[in-house]
Amino acid sequence: MDVTLKVKRYDPETDESAHFEEYQVDLPEYGAVLDGLLSIRDEQDGSLSMRCSCRSAICGSCAMKINGKSRLACKTMVSQLKELEGDVISVEPMGNQPVIKDLVVNMDMFWDKVNAVQPYLQPEGPVPDKEYLVSNDSMMELAVAMNCIMCGACVSDCTVLEVDKGFLGPAALAKAFRFAGDPRDGHKQGRLQLYTEPNGVWDCTRCFMCVSACPKDVAPMERIMDVRAMAMDAGLTNTRGARHVDAFASSVKHSGRLNELGLAMKTFGLFRAGIELAPMGIRRLLKRRLPPLMHKKIATAKNIGRLFDKLGV
Amino acid sequence: MRYAFWPGCVSKAGTPELYPAATAVAEKIGMELIELEQASCTGAGVLGERNEELVDTLNARNFALAEQMGLDTLLTICSTCQGVMSGVNYKLREKPDYLAKINENLAEEGLEYKGTVRVTHMMWAVVEELGLDNLKDMVVRPLNGLKIAPFYGCYILRPRYVLGMNEEHAHRDQYLEYIIEALGGEPIDYEGKLRCCGFPIMTINEDNGLKMVSNHTLEAKELGAHALVTPCPLCHLNLDEFQPKAAKSAGKPINMPVLHLPQMIGTALGFSVRDMGLQRHIVSTEPFIELSGMPRK
Repeated sequence: MDVTLKVKRYDPETDESAHFEEYQVDLPEYGAVLDGLLSIRDEQDGSLSMRCSCRSAICGSCAMKINGKSRLACKTMVSQLKELEGDVISVEPMGNQPVIKDLVVNMDMFWDKVNAVQPYLQPEGPVPDKEYLVSNDSMMELAVAMNCIMCGACVSDCTVLEVDKGFLGPAALAKAFRFAGDPRDGHKQGRLQLYTEPNGVWDCTRCFMCVSACPKDVAPMERIMDVRAMAMDAGLTNTRGARHVDAFASSVKHSGRLNELGLAMKTFGLFRAGIELAPMGIRRLLKRRLPPLMHKKIATAKNIGRLFDKLGV
Repeated sequence: MRYAFWPGCVSKAGTPELYPAATAVAEKIGMELIELEQASCTGAGVLGERNEELVDTLNARNFALAEQMGLDTLLTICSTCQGVMSGVNYKLREKPDYLAKINENLAEEGLEYKGTVRVTHMMWAVVEELGLDNLKDMVVRPLNGLKIAPFYGCYILRPRYVLGMNEEHAHRDQYLEYIIEALGGEPIDYEGKLRCCGFPIMTINEDNGLKMVSNHTLEAKELGAHALVTPCPLCHLNLDEFQPKAAKSAGKPINMPVLHLPQMIGTALGFSVRDMGLQRHIVSTEPFIELSGMPRK
């Protein structure tokens, strides 16, 4: 199978900026993008730099942007790409991290963020004589997050990191879930406090990019939502994020629909909402675009309220 | 085509120009929309952070209401509602035991979701059911010379498996381009089109949300876009309403008109500025109106 790979090259010693170079390779039908890159390195240009090791989607070394999406080069089949996305395949280094050379990025930031969530168990109380016993069920819940191979694909595609490098990001926060949810850990409350600080779980914009990018179905965004829920259940409700959720829930509970004006008031507090929203209100007034000031209930709102009560919200 | 219709809360309040524009366009292109008056908010991704079972129950209730009316397709004009509904529907159809549990919650109201509803968005229905050729035939004022930047919004793109994009509808991430071309316009290709508008974090980290707005609108502007178009009212809220603030933060003027998808379609089908509510946006749509040659009233 003839394949055209358009690879982004950059050598800090000789190049001012990165540029694409095209290579033709001949691969078997079952060839992965990584096979193509290794063939380029072995037969055409030995200076092509990349990270790779296991070729089995286990080591997490070969995450890169393939046709603009972050994926593992060893797990991405060339024949499938050709069929679904066209004949020429582009390969670039991961996003949101500085490029060292060609397809290799500096992952210091990635590891710093993972370390910042304290990714180790901190048990409390006396150490048991034998091993800690935990139920299968509780570990099953964590198993999804434990599948993470730290490849960085989620971080590479994160839309919040694109605008704010301070955000802890999807990989670290999925790891945070894994430890906050572990029954052997003794610092759950402290962890949740840490994870709900600025740059933590509430800064996620729920764009699903990390869910799409993750090659191991960790769905980091879903884990971030899990931590948000855990934090609210643990009483950590004095954050804007938690107030927003509560105000949203209360609006739907009482009327069946979302009351946008009321939501802003409750999230920001009446005083700040007044200051923040007044200029917008005036702009809207001029455009005859004010939302209804009296929020209307649907006729069956009581039934909706009963469902909330039944499920304890 | 007849559809159970869920307009979403925002189309009547936050972006009140959307509802009348969408229903007028639907009538014109032969979509019969029967509104679910007693449907509730879908949760918009927010409520699920509190209680997932509640969100599944509320959406199953909406589906059951559609079934009760004898309709098998639920159409919405809100990407976010569509995303939540598609996700819940996928889960309920995959797990019959779980559906039975959810139906127990609905029993008190005498409702039951049988699992027969298909969720769609007006953008999908235009391409898949009306058809681009039929749409083309209806164009009376082609968008000639207009460069339009598509902006999808997250919930209509991801995750692909719940949106049917791993199977028969692999190209749903190109429908805006298809529609722009069918109406005679020129779609702009740019990085921002598949990214997040920043709306979900506006109450939490406004700086980040505003940066997303300015990044995408300025990128489209540099590529010569006359307007942005979106199928998501929440993206519209952020990209339009918060654009003046984003421009201030970015330190440069933006002035990028942001259209709701039905407004763009309506423009080409002969509707007026007032019909489509284009005078009601925060960012002036004048440059688009003039180039399109649409009548004022």
